[in-house]
Amino acid sequence: MQQFSNSDSGDIVLAIAQRIVENRVHLSDIDGLIGDGDHGVNMAKGFGIAAERLRGKARPLSASLTVLGDVLMTEIGGSMGPLYGVMFSGFAESLNDVVEIDAAAFERMLRTGLAEVQSIGDAKVGDKTLIDSYAPALEAFSAATAKGDGFATALDALIAGAEKGRDSTIELVAKIGRASRLGERSRGVLDPGAASCAIILRSLAEGAKAKLRVVP
Amino acid sequence: MQRFINDPDFVVEDTLRGFVKAHSDLVKLADNPKVVAAADAPILGKVGVVTGGGSGHEPAFIGYVGRNMLDAVAVGEIFSSPTAKSFYDAIKMADGGRGVVCLYGNYAGDNMNVKMAVKLAAKDGIDVRTVVANDDVCSAPPDEREKRRGVAGEILMWKCGAAKAAAGASLEQVRATAQKAIDNCRSIGVGLGPCTLPAVGHPNFAIEPGTMEVGIGHHGEPGARVEPLKRAADVARDMVKTVLDDHNLPAETEVAILISGLGATPTNELYILNDTVESEVRARGLKVARTYVGNLFTSLEMVGATLTIMALDEELKQLLSVEVACPVRL
Repeated sequence: MQQFSNSDSGDIVLAIAQRIVENRVHLSDIDGLIGDGDHGVNMAKGFGIAAERLRGKARPLSASLTVLGDVLMTEIGGSMGPLYGVMFSGFAESLNDVVEIDAAAFERMLRTGLAEVQSIGDAKVGDKTLIDSYAPALEAFSAATAKGDGFATALDALIAGAEKGRDSTIELVAKIGRASRLGERSRGVLDPGAASCAIILRSLAEGAKAKLRVVP
Repeated sequence: MQRFINDPDFVVEDTLRGFVKAHSDLVKLADNPKVVAAADAPILGKVGVVTGGGSGHEPAFIGYVGRNMLDAVAVGEIFSSPTAKSFYDAIKMADGGRGVVCLYGNYAGDNMNVKMAVKLAAKDGIDVRTVVANDDVCSAPPDEREKRRGVAGEILMWKCGAAKAAAGASLEQVRATAQKAIDNCRSIGVGLGPCTLPAVGHPNFAIEPGTMEVGIGHHGEPGARVEPLKRAADVARDMVKTVLDDHNLPAETEVAILISGLGATPTNELYILNDTVESEVRARGLKVARTYVGNLFTSLEMVGATLTIMALDEELKQLLSVEVACPVRL
């Protein structure tokens, strides 16, 4: 069985934050096509503050997730602050008492995060939001483990599911949030929230994969 | 970009410092530097009245903090909702022991952050009621009114709600009056030129020269239609028609008119619009009780204007006449 330990995996969260900061211009450019053009700016501001607080400190994964969740909820605002804030806080709560994270614990974490996001937003699959990356990613991870694939293979499936879901938003018409006012004019463009969510999930999965150990 | 900016990432902080220096007789910054409160807030025994929203709409929202007006305002980044923490801190700054109303606009981020702030306040035992403004007629059809955005009608909602609270009304009375105020408002925006977020550096939408976007939102949300730019009188007539067709007011109804520039339209042009707006409103058998004209709720340096028409009853008319002391003259 493959697993990784909670206690020395806090650096995964720093890596996620750094990926978002690196994608500042990319995310704002996508947002400029159907939104305000500030998605990357606001995300980079919040994740950048979190990176400052996380850098150079060895923390458990769950503790680092708490730091990120708190920063997003208290410092970013907009829609993405609360949505990603409750998602990361949900991840953290789900892992708080977990010492060794196996595929089942990882899946529980993903489910908790999704439930938290859906508890404050009203988006469903197909509404052209971050849910369109998140839900298929979770589904792919879950399907992989169900058919007996190892944790590492399931993480690859998670990444592929997230990115396929992200790309599916190109053909969708926005049903919720600011882009929904565009109606048909929102078709043909990636959803910025789905794009940032795919970056987060890829970075999370890659970080976990790099730490996996095989235990008897 | 030809702008007065120090650092694009800190325009809000810089704005607030300058604002508080200019109006220290009326307002103060809370411990949370993204919350502006009235100098005398909280007032014990009075229902607190708060709002919040993204920056870039100045003088909204901060310019409406003051005596007989808002007790506190949560301030967000440019065009982005304040954090739940800031809404919560604004609520705490306004709490005089009789509960707090949060009167804000219908945007996804504000809805989420207010919802979370209300939960945080409940843990402190502060009763918070909310009213969500949805006066922008072009943002959704009449049968989906709950989806409409809140725009300049919010100013009149704040004024009525705050005046009611100042008169000693209960939390539920203040909420109900603010709800009635916004239910009685209908607004429309017309955009002639786009705006640029300082941190982005280029306009994120275009309005072709010689055209106008009818029904544009406060963040450049596309309007109902793009048309060739017409004479001011024709634009004003169309704006009145769209608003009043949605409103369906009986003859003899008294109304308040509010015309706001979107940031880069010269004030004289707002009066040119008002000249026709007021004649059109009267020609439809309505009575104009009050008129507000100016840059009251802007969208950075967007070129354009919004028209709000509010139907008045005796209560709302009286509340609008209550004298206030806030940075904006109302």
